[in-house]
Amino acid sequence: MTSRSIPARNRSLEGVQAPSTRTSLTWRLRKYLGFVFIAPWLIAFLAFDLIPTASAFYYSFTDWNVIAKTSNWVGLANYEKMFTGDRLFWPSVWNTLYYVAFAVPLGVIAGFLLALLLNTKVRFQGLFRTLFYLPAVVPSVAAIMVWLWIFNTNNGILNWFLGFFGIDPIRWLTSPDYSKPALIIMSLWTIGSGMVIYLAGLQNIPDDLYEAADIDGANAWNKLINITIPLMTPTIFFNLLLGLIGSFQIFNAAFIMTEGGPVNSTRFYMLHLYEKAFQQSQMGYASAMAVLLFVVVLLITIFVNWSSKRWVFYG
Amino acid sequence: MLVIYVLLLAGVAVTITPLLWTVSTSLKTAQQLNTWPPEWIPNPIAWSNYSEALTMLPFGRYFLNTMVLVVAAEIGALITCSFVAYGFARLELPGREALFLLLISTMLMPYIVRLVPLFVFYGNIGWLGTYLPIAVPDLLGRNAFYIFLLRQFFRGIPNDLSDAARIDGANDFRIWWSIVLPLSKPVLATVGIFAFQSTWDDFLGPLIYMGQNPHMRTLAVGLYQFRNQPGGENLMPYLMAVSTVMMLPILLIFGFGQRYLIRGVTMSGLKG
Repeated sequence: MTSRSIPARNRSLEGVQAPSTRTSLTWRLRKYLGFVFIAPWLIAFLAFDLIPTASAFYYSFTDWNVIAKTSNWVGLANYEKMFTGDRLFWPSVWNTLYYVAFAVPLGVIAGFLLALLLNTKVRFQGLFRTLFYLPAVVPSVAAIMVWLWIFNTNNGILNWFLGFFGIDPIRWLTSPDYSKPALIIMSLWTIGSGMVIYLAGLQNIPDDLYEAADIDGANAWNKLINITIPLMTPTIFFNLLLGLIGSFQIFNAAFIMTEGGPVNSTRFYMLHLYEKAFQQSQMGYASAMAVLLFVVVLLITIFVNWSSKRWVFYG
Repeated sequence: MLVIYVLLLAGVAVTITPLLWTVSTSLKTAQQLNTWPPEWIPNPIAWSNYSEALTMLPFGRYFLNTMVLVVAAEIGALITCSFVAYGFARLELPGREALFLLLISTMLMPYIVRLVPLFVFYGNIGWLGTYLPIAVPDLLGRNAFYIFLLRQFFRGIPNDLSDAARIDGANDFRIWWSIVLPLSKPVLATVGIFAFQSTWDDFLGPLIYMGQNPHMRTLAVGLYQFRNQPGGENLMPYLMAVSTVMMLPILLIFGFGQRYLIRGVTMSGLKG
């Protein structure tokens, strides 16, 4: 695949990039022309990524409160308060870990299984793919309203459906035992976006690998374990990472559907941070929470990346 | 094979039922809500729910606000991001690979850490309650994912064309605008759809940075406010009506452009 592009690039080096008529100054400036092109992004990166991130680190060491109008250096006091002085901090951590521990693996597995089903020689593959992907484009606030009604204890269709199996109405959103499972179930509605990625990956696996396995007398299970899954590990890895980062920041569903309740059972990390920052104006403390999550997500990314060397197969 | 079809059809049923249920509920009267077992096709059909729901709050204004942000996001995605991507794809610059790695890494950074400092910053420069906190970063091309997709595509365009243009005296701005962009319609469609979808979907950004001003609500924030009105469960048909209206544009775009959307989604996964 490189045989075509390399001569083209060489030609540009010989024939165009060093015309003798041009001054050397133009040439030296040309080297920096790329910066003109990436300048808008560089400005945006500095103003909206780098400086705010660095500021968050600084603010996390202050007692900055917009209402009380204080802003003093307090060292590690915010972090100390987080771990020992904030009654709702640890519940928010626990709720978030609970959600991540179920929503991410279930999402990855369900999406992958769905892609396997679709990658057989089914008819209407395109139509199935479209239908499964549909929920992923539904605006999240609208989707939350829909599920709010589905989970309704008395008139929701989920309890109506479960009724056929003799299951008594479950108080999905009003019982602390079911609120987190409800949000996990809702998150599985959008597995179509992962499925589409897996499906494309599956279709990239060369057929001759399976044909060779057929000749060796491998059955479907052998082929799945020894060909399909190993070759799909980079794609699974990517989805796992995105799923983890996204799930740690779950906010909309809890904020709109349950407002953190019942009894703080859906008070997730982001929701707690939002309340501290934007309802109680404790900007310093909220910054410390943000910094901690930032560091944790960074460590997880590094860990998953590091561990991927053991299980991800880059052919 | 039969088992596979049964499983797939069951999956489709689970996927689609919530959407049908939404439309069904949006056409019910408050009394019909309590009918048990649930009625799928309400009798009579309460079409007036739509006009009533959409006038309970100034949804026209919310639509306008959302569209302003959509236009900014589209300009940012199609013009700015593609301009930046051309620099990354086609131009030599010192430290290009390191800068590109930096760009990619911003995709994995939790947005949460920027939230509080940006809120304060926007407050200090008087931007809270205006379009600017969302529109300006978009216009400046602060979207690593779009730049990444565009760059991948631009790298696949043969250099011969731009070399020929260069010999004819075209500079890089001309080459980007008149040669690379016209050849990049598929990826521009992908990025354009993503930009629409994510702006239409965004909730937290408009809530925090624009929500101070009731006239500056977007559709997503407006729908959230709608739910907080008094009325409890009786409000449900109206809520479902507004939700349906909010889903329609994106479902239409998905219907026409799903090829481009799915290509973009898969590109991110396979090359990421």
